[in-house]
Amino acid sequence: MAALGCPLRTLRGLLRELRRASGRAGRPSRDTPAYRHIVAAFRAHRVTSEKLCRAQQELHFQAATYLCLLRSVREHAALHQEYHGKGERSPEEVAGLVGFRLPQQPGGKG
Amino acid sequence: MWCGCRRLLQSRSPPAWLSRPPPAAGGSSPVRPGGGRAYAPPAERKRFYQNVSISQGEGGFEINLDHRKLKTPQAKLFTVPSEALAIAVATEWDSQKDTIKFYTMHLTTLCNTALDNPTQRNKMQLIRAAVKFLETDTVCYRVEEPAALAELQKNEWDPIVAWAEKRYNVAIGSSTSILGPNIPASTKETFVSHLASYNMWALQGIEYVITQLKSLILSMGLIDRHITVEKAVLLSRLEEEYQIQRWGSVEWAHDYDLCELRARAAAGTLFVHLCSESSTVKHKLLQD
Repeated sequence: MAALGCPLRTLRGLLRELRRASGRAGRPSRDTPAYRHIVAAFRAHRVTSEKLCRAQQELHFQAATYLCLLRSVREHAALHQEYHGKGERSPEEVAGLVGFRLPQQPGGKG
Repeated sequence: MWCGCRRLLQSRSPPAWLSRPPPAAGGSSPVRPGGGRAYAPPAERKRFYQNVSISQGEGGFEINLDHRKLKTPQAKLFTVPSEALAIAVATEWDSQKDTIKFYTMHLTTLCNTALDNPTQRNKMQLIRAAVKFLETDTVCYRVEEPAALAELQKNEWDPIVAWAEKRYNVAIGSSTSILGPNIPASTKETFVSHLASYNMWALQGIEYVITQLKSLILSMGLIDRHITVEKAVLLSRLEEEYQIQRWGSVEWAHDYDLCELRARAAAGTLFVHLCSESSTVKHKLLQD
């Protein structure tokens, strides 16, 4: 089985990611269907009579996968915004990089 | 690869698949930033909806953006068989802030692919494409030098190949030649019959994960829950990680690729699991 760590940690990480992911600041994250579904699923699988519960491990793996998805999507979007989101520089900016200024041509380019 | 091209196309032109009124007072026409810019990033769609919710229809679960139903790029109604998958897609749509970034919505893309099947492949073609990857599987391709990398490959990749051989009762092996390993036909047949047990949606997901990780063995390890997503991505990028440890990491390239690969592999794995599960709850009475 995969080395997953403690389920509580996964759950806490998931809830944190969901809180960060809610786009509109108005609704608290506790109302979202995702929050309710995850908390209900974790609660339902808590009590089991078997020592090694396959369904519990399946749920934990799914939760860990979803946590990885949310986290890496957020980091990827942040990296994209920082490094790749700005487009090209204008000719004035390019000239300014090396300390030049483009000449003013009041009659337009000849 | 074509997933990325489709996403780019979607973000460039206003998609016809959203049943929406023509752009109104929101000011969604692209405004050129700065003065006289030669090239601006493609104008992204603004978030035009407030609430995302789920409803159950005849075919399955549907997503509602405000009161409009979500549709696929080919204008079919967006229906998913599993409620958990619908909730995850709704969360993706809900997490968009001012603009809609389609390149972050991997689960939505996967669902659109499964619903539209734009490459028009049937089940057998998908399975054959997936098993074909075994001939060029990453974990079977070994180098001979530098010795440290060869050692690292042996230590990290041998266990997973051994696990796959034991789990599926096949012979795979590894090779240092340019032609790759020689996979016996019985191995391929075993994988073909194993993959045939998955439904069409799950197969789309499996093929997606294989294409991203460039390895059938690592993908089966993920599907069978033998390794985590982070570990699978690490094994897939083993040579890059080796070079990063040697020469350093460049954030805007290495970390960017790492996050993107993790996101795609995680989305694919989650998609497969959510499409192929069926959960039943058995309540046992407490006996006292």
